[in-house]
Amino acid sequence: MDFTDTPEEAGFRNEARAFLERHAEPKRGAFETWQSRYPDREGLERAKDFQRKRADAGLAGLHWPKAYGGREAPAIFQVILAQEEARYLVPRGYFEIGLGMCMPTLFAYGTEEQRRRYAPPALRGDEVWCQLFSEPGAGSDLAGLRTRAVRDGDSWVVNGQKIWTSGAHWADHAILVTRSDPKAPKHKGLTFFFLSMKSPGIETRRIKQISGQSHFNEVYLTDVRIPDSQRLGAVGQGWGVAITTLMNERLTSGELRGPDFEELFALARTVELEDGPAIANAAVRERLADYYVRTQGVRWSRFRTMTALSRGDTPGPENSIGKLVNAPKAQDIASFALDLLDMGGVVTDKDWAPMRAAFQESLLSSPGSRIAAGTDEILKNIIAERVLGLPQDVRVDREAPFDQLPTSRR
Amino acid sequence: MNFDFSPDQKALRDQARKFLAEHASSVRVRRILDTDEPYDRELWRGVAEMGWTGTAIPDTYGGAGFGYLELCVIAEELGRSVAPIPFSSTVYLVAEALLLAGSEAQKRKWLPRIASGEVVGCLALAEGAGAPTPPAVKTRAAGGRISGTKAPVADGDVADVAIVAARADGAADLSLVLVDLAGPGVTRTPLSTVDPTRSHGRLSFDGAAAEPLGAPGAGVALLERVLDRAAVLVAFEQVGGAQAALDMAREYAMGRFAFGRPIASFQAIKHKLVDMYVGVELARSNAYYAAWALSTDADELAVAAAAARISATEAYFHAAKENIQTHGGMGFTWEFDCHLHYRRAKLTGLGLGSARRWKDLLITRLEARAG
Repeated sequence: MDFTDTPEEAGFRNEARAFLERHAEPKRGAFETWQSRYPDREGLERAKDFQRKRADAGLAGLHWPKAYGGREAPAIFQVILAQEEARYLVPRGYFEIGLGMCMPTLFAYGTEEQRRRYAPPALRGDEVWCQLFSEPGAGSDLAGLRTRAVRDGDSWVVNGQKIWTSGAHWADHAILVTRSDPKAPKHKGLTFFFLSMKSPGIETRRIKQISGQSHFNEVYLTDVRIPDSQRLGAVGQGWGVAITTLMNERLTSGELRGPDFEELFALARTVELEDGPAIANAAVRERLADYYVRTQGVRWSRFRTMTALSRGDTPGPENSIGKLVNAPKAQDIASFALDLLDMGGVVTDKDWAPMRAAFQESLLSSPGSRIAAGTDEILKNIIAERVLGLPQDVRVDREAPFDQLPTSRR
Repeated sequence: MNFDFSPDQKALRDQARKFLAEHASSVRVRRILDTDEPYDRELWRGVAEMGWTGTAIPDTYGGAGFGYLELCVIAEELGRSVAPIPFSSTVYLVAEALLLAGSEAQKRKWLPRIASGEVVGCLALAEGAGAPTPPAVKTRAAGGRISGTKAPVADGDVADVAIVAARADGAADLSLVLVDLAGPGVTRTPLSTVDPTRSHGRLSFDGAAAEPLGAPGAGVALLERVLDRAAVLVAFEQVGGAQAALDMAREYAMGRFAFGRPIASFQAIKHKLVDMYVGVELARSNAYYAAWALSTDADELAVAAAAARISATEAYFHAAKENIQTHGGMGFTWEFDCHLHYRRAKLTGLGLGSARRWKDLLITRLEARAG
């Protein structure tokens, strides 16, 4: 057992470090994000600029095929880059979906011409992608989607509504799953496309979250025409294509950013309770120990994963435990921190609240972490079925025609 | 980055697993559970012949001279099989205390006999219910003699040698002393516990001969170091036991049908098993880190050992109790093996001190580290 890099890994780490020293700025605080320093359009423009430098330095699309500008690097390089980037203010939330999910899908199902047309601008940040998957009636149960695609000659006409689409308001292109045959069983009547977000008939509306921020959008599609040449996979085989996309999500979904054990520990050492400093209170100490042990457990689990990646293994579903543990823990920690602040815990004014109200912000953002990219419950199902090998639940929606399935309480 | 055991260590694990599947099968464990036999002497001999008792003892003292990572590997397998032998008392506690603080003569006298399996050791700390803090220790050592009563003492009924926490004349703080239990002035009485597969006893000393282990008055610090090391090794036993309990629950849920389908297809059971799995994985990862700290004698050992102890204690008890729950009524019968883990989980969770106390210790250590 040791924690040292192989010579190859150390070389890459130096390369990443040198790039960041030259082109990135250090974070001003642990929770500063690109978006908090550079909001809105400015953030996007600066992010594109940074992505171009990243691509020129060979630090984008690490796991991509070399033919499309990638590096075909082992998965461990992605982890090393993320470790080195942690201290710096780097753009997050702009290109991950395009590079990590949309392009791998295009590599698997697109034509050579399409790959050569779309991969380079995506890599350089010139074109941003989004993913039109979830719908109001199809979240965890994605295959229940109802956005309709009807064939019309050499093209398709699409009508429906998508939701929770990150970055749709600035994306140039999108991947899209539709229902092309409502008479077929649920998983067999889907067809997959990519399209320009500038296509006539697309309307995007921001969703305001309980945290007050707007990361997501609703996207309405009204008589949107898509050429058949932009279909990915066969007609009716869209579910298999979507699975390809989602398998790549595991590589993309990063660590949660927000106050964790260290911040709670620091808070407990400064806050006064009725019987002295919070850190001296037995109940507080016990809670702190619980959070520490879970935080470290996830941390060292990640090192075990890295060891496997370092040997060339691909990341498997067991990686889901990181988010499954961290997301609810972040919520608990935020709530417990506010308890320590007692009556003062309610204040969200950054100049008044400890740690510039990071715990209050986390209280309002952490519910989303337990839902996005797989709810706690779906992650448990995934671990149960793919890691522990337990049988799937009995399903009533496998064989029946989709349009015969119940959709609401009658 | 290589946060894993080596191929050689994995080969040792496979070998240990195979050996224990035969020699510490549930039938063999139950022989100890169901009779007055304190431990499985045949298994103890077998384990000693394999060299496990001397794994981390240097070859100058008759050991195999491997490292702690090898001992961790063996510990995990012993825990998985609920082995009914005095391994933790003898190897993790007494041998480690001797290695840390024994005089050359003490090491030469005891370590080779521990390595060969000839001697069983025990650590005598508690004097009744409640936290065994220094003020709770009344046993006195004076003029090379010791008097007082220790209970419960794991393997105290069968051990040949004891390390005893006592109040020595002239020293303000606790001291550790070494007592040859074959000598006069020692009375032992077996005590029944929640886990009959690991014997416990009461040790009464009435002027028994005792020699200091380490400097007089330095017992608290030494004890802390010994318990930290043992905590890492016991954490591996707990992880092994927790994994075994999870495996049992999974196997049963796959084969048990109710309402026309395997109960493993119900989300209530699936999510229960995933909760067990997550606990085991976190405990395993914390134990790995502590193993690294132990094997390199890193400064992080104090914090890492406490985290491993807490994580493994909670994961094992959780897995053991939910294993019974998954089995339903059958899990509550003597006939099924679920209770072997339920008993052992609680026993290992208390043997080196409760998780409650280790949590407090962990925070104390984190405060010290943060300055």
